[in-house]
Amino acid sequence: MSLWREALLVAGKDLRIEARSRVTLYQILPFGAVVVLLFAFALDPSRGVLPRVAPGLFWVAVLLAALLAVSRSFTVETENAARDALRLSGLDGSAVFLGKAGAIVAELVVLEVVLGAGVAFLYDVELRSLGLLLATAVAATAGIAATGTLYGVLAAGLRVRETLVPVLLLPVVAPVMLGATRAWEAGLRTTPSEGWPWVALLALFAVLYTTIGMLAFGPLLEEA
Amino acid sequence: MPLVVRLRSAVCLLGRFPALAGVDLDVEAGEVVLLSGANGSGKTTLLRLLAGLHRLHGGTAEVLGHDLAVDRRGARRAISLLGHETGCYDDLTVRENLRFAARAAGRDAAASDATLERVGLVGQADVVHGRLSAGQRRRLALAVALARDPQLLLLDEPHAGLDAAGRAVLDGVVASSPAEGRTVLLASHELDRTRALAHREVVLSGGVAHATKDFGVVAPPISRTSDAKTEEEEDEEEVHA
Repeated sequence: MSLWREALLVAGKDLRIEARSRVTLYQILPFGAVVVLLFAFALDPSRGVLPRVAPGLFWVAVLLAALLAVSRSFTVETENAARDALRLSGLDGSAVFLGKAGAIVAELVVLEVVLGAGVAFLYDVELRSLGLLLATAVAATAGIAATGTLYGVLAAGLRVRETLVPVLLLPVVAPVMLGATRAWEAGLRTTPSEGWPWVALLALFAVLYTTIGMLAFGPLLEEA
Repeated sequence: MPLVVRLRSAVCLLGRFPALAGVDLDVEAGEVVLLSGANGSGKTTLLRLLAGLHRLHGGTAEVLGHDLAVDRRGARRAISLLGHETGCYDDLTVRENLRFAARAAGRDAAASDATLERVGLVGQADVVHGRLSAGQRRRLALAVALARDPQLLLLDEPHAGLDAAGRAVLDGVVASSPAEGRTVLLASHELDRTRALAHREVVLSGGVAHATKDFGVVAPPISRTSDAKTEEEEDEEEVHA
């Protein structure tokens, strides 16, 4: 079986589990929405603060929700010793990485669509320069999913997994936060030309961590 | 007959504890070998070492021609391990778990459905793993192991949690394994039952294989590359049946 077929098999499995357990729908999505809502309450909308900080708040909400998605992706592998079965399956480590990261991307895309609509409504933001916003979302989501999957497997066998993943992951994805926020700020100000260099940075980050993940995931899964 | 497993002074550490402290073991193709011994004697560790789930810390170990010291993953597609847990996903149905395992091992997903019938889970095919009883989960784990069509089947306390019918199914699978081209290593405390299935018993104690008892002649395994059986092979199958 080719690398991509194996990756699709893993992604299909993870997405089927999520579709049936509805953790994304009932826990991760509401969590992201609550974060966005709390920021709206915490900051004073009457002074026009929210539209200015909307990009940063959106990506903070996505990132926090992504932590849950990453954690969930590896929790399902700890139940019933499924991780041992995954190791024994004969699937290529790179394919497992791509499959798990792909499933996280799919979940985050759904999350971003809902949160994006929420931000536009609650923060009174007009979504202009859609091309830039979408390109930013694609690159940033791929970067978050790749790093999340890599650090997720790093902590997979540890009892402190739930608390360790955020500690490891948040500093690493700080460039994604920065780049995505700057690109979205440029997009919302209708100065998209200022945003594209940040998209390039985000794409580079995503490619770099996808490559590292494909190389390192298999050995890390063996030691998890 | 070709060796499926070849261990020489194999050492496996769990932390600093030598769970296997120098095991010598040869297993020929088509053999059913019973591993016995007290709790903590190293049976589970030995099975997990052979599956490549534990690292080899000393000695030599070859499984299906793959040297475990340098390549723990090479033989995995040809191995199934039925351990204490099922390795299945709670939110996937019986059929979905089975098909995922079969496809991951490069087997035909549709053909894997036949194993459902074999283990008596056809009626539960669309039930999620999380809603199965303990015995049904064990049957599913056995079905998953078989759906991978392994050359080497590793069974760790396989009768645990099974009812009488499930035990009979399992015994049938083990008994028919040589004829189906499978080699079986079976760790169990239910010695009366499993001795009747095994060609040979290896007693483990303190992480060392101490004694071997032969129960019978090993039938040559049926070649996986040939569907045709010789008269001699069919005669031997009948004798073992």
